[in-house]
Amino acid sequence: MQTTANAPRPGGSVWTDPKARAWLFQILAVIAVVALGWFLFDNTQTNLEKRGITSGFSFLNNSAGFGIAQHLIDYDESNSYGRVFVVGLLNTLLVSVIGIVLATLLGFLLGVARLSPNWLISKLATVYIEIFRNIPPLLQIFFWYFAVMLSLPGPRQSMGVGETFFLNSRGLYMPAPSPGDNFGLFAGAVIVAIIGVMLLSRWSKARFEATGRLFPVSLGAIPLLIGLPGLAILLGGNPLQWSMPALTGFNFTGGWVLIPELMALTLALTIYTAAFIAENVRSGIQAVNHGQTEAARSLGLPAGKTLRLVIIPQALRVIIPPLTSQYLNLAKNSSLAAGIGYPDMVSLFAGTVLNQTGQAIEVIAITMSVYLAISISISMLMNWYNKRIALIER
Amino acid sequence: MPEAIKQTSAEPMILMEGVHKWYGQFHVLKDINLSVQQGERIVLCGPSGSGKSTAIRCLNRLEEHQQGRIIIDGTELTHDLKHIEAVRREVGMVFQHFNLFPHLTVLQNCTLAPMWVRKMPKREAEEVAMHYLERVRIPEQAHKYPGQLSGGQQQRVAIARALCMKPKIMLFDEPTSALDPEMVKEVLDTMVGLAEDGMTMLCVTHEMGFARTVANRVIFLDKGEIVEENEPEAFFTNPQNERTQLFLSQIIH
Repeated sequence: MQTTANAPRPGGSVWTDPKARAWLFQILAVIAVVALGWFLFDNTQTNLEKRGITSGFSFLNNSAGFGIAQHLIDYDESNSYGRVFVVGLLNTLLVSVIGIVLATLLGFLLGVARLSPNWLISKLATVYIEIFRNIPPLLQIFFWYFAVMLSLPGPRQSMGVGETFFLNSRGLYMPAPSPGDNFGLFAGAVIVAIIGVMLLSRWSKARFEATGRLFPVSLGAIPLLIGLPGLAILLGGNPLQWSMPALTGFNFTGGWVLIPELMALTLALTIYTAAFIAENVRSGIQAVNHGQTEAARSLGLPAGKTLRLVIIPQALRVIIPPLTSQYLNLAKNSSLAAGIGYPDMVSLFAGTVLNQTGQAIEVIAITMSVYLAISISISMLMNWYNKRIALIER
Repeated sequence: MPEAIKQTSAEPMILMEGVHKWYGQFHVLKDINLSVQQGERIVLCGPSGSGKSTAIRCLNRLEEHQQGRIIIDGTELTHDLKHIEAVRREVGMVFQHFNLFPHLTVLQNCTLAPMWVRKMPKREAEEVAMHYLERVRIPEQAHKYPGQLSGGQQQRVAIARALCMKPKIMLFDEPTSALDPEMVKEVLDTMVGLAEDGMTMLCVTHEMGFARTVANRVIFLDKGEIVEENEPEAFFTNPQNERTQLFLSQIIH
């Protein structure tokens, strides 16, 4: 029999046809959005003209004329606003990347600890999580900055480890390496050692599959990684020249410094986000049916292997989506840097640059699209990973 | 060693002596005594909540007993993890809800424990796995994931997974209770085949046909106690205890 889909509708009107209605509403929605967009654009243009503000991105080439406390690329006051933007972007990325890595490690540790059968460990993890996820992140940043970092002793009373590391209210000072005469040989040795370790782990995997015996890769990797570069140093002398921090007058010069704003911001964001990640990890592990543990244990798998081979791989598919939004939160919360004057993109570009140039629309548009780009990149990466580990059913 | 072991002709594979277990105030197992010889096939039955599942879960210590002794093939189950893991290597278990690992293929489900516990080379583990998958008649599904199989197929994979460890004893905890009726037979047939090969088996099941054809003994539990124990024919045709009679009248219409 012929399907009825093509048959003429008996006595229906266009108004009661769901398909026709769907089209109508979509057309109306498009018209409304276009009209609103046009109104906003036209309104802005008119107002800018009235006030005599020239729009455009040429201001980015103008000289900035202010210094920045932390810049990962060369920067001085004569550089352009465009370079300020890059400095701010790199500072934002620095905090986000360090924060994401540390928060993930700490979060997984805490999540597993909260499920530990050991009463003390699980209670300690619980207390940590309940405290830090229930205090606003800006307050935590203030705490680490004002109550901890700025309360450290001044440069002359620095806490030091030997004559190499110094911690004081102006930051953490450490030796800075720069390539010396023997750098080429040393770098070569490091690369060879890394390749050696990769070959070793491949061989060890093949051997495990062939003979069932596990070879502890670290047993070969540690001598390789220490031995080869060590040999290069013995043969060719010191590969790196270290610039040591030293107290000259009232402050330290030389070496690298982690400014207190960076340390406070990274610490606060890591500790705050780790508490949420820990809860994601815990719920992910608990979402795996207890029967899985029983099946693995009844096959003779010890507790650690059960967790690693059976529970975590299944828990990951529950953990990844909320983990993604924690990463996004951390990247976006890094803009709270403005509160303590860490020179991130918001405080530098959407703050100082905007104030100096008055190019509000351009500056805000650039800043927003950069955050959008960062967030979308994180999302895409995590979605790709999530798809890779998804369960296959049907 | 207690006298009880030496009196029997061979050392029993499973020995439970005066086993008690409590869940808080609730007394689940009361003085369970059971001795199973190699190659014996025991069916445990009883009303819901009678403690039959708990009893067999004590045998590989998925549940802990609080009093009495359990000795599996000469190894006593104590708090010692070494003993527990040694026993679990020799005792296979099949669950009501299969509990296959959904993130691994059928073949990987079967090779995981032999490789990581028995340290078997991958190729050998895969050969063993294929052997047992053929035995349960689903070698063609080896590279599929559990979620792609029917319930009956999943339960047969679960049986093959347990057999890959070459256990001396197989425990079945209501293996057909979660299956659609038309799939019960394929699983029972697999279990009958296993029994014919001389495997020592303990099954918690209400499949009375299976009990009649396969079991050496049927044990009836009620309220945590072994109420009656007999050969299947006598058990079904001439139950002695009142509670057994009531139970049988309820399940056989």
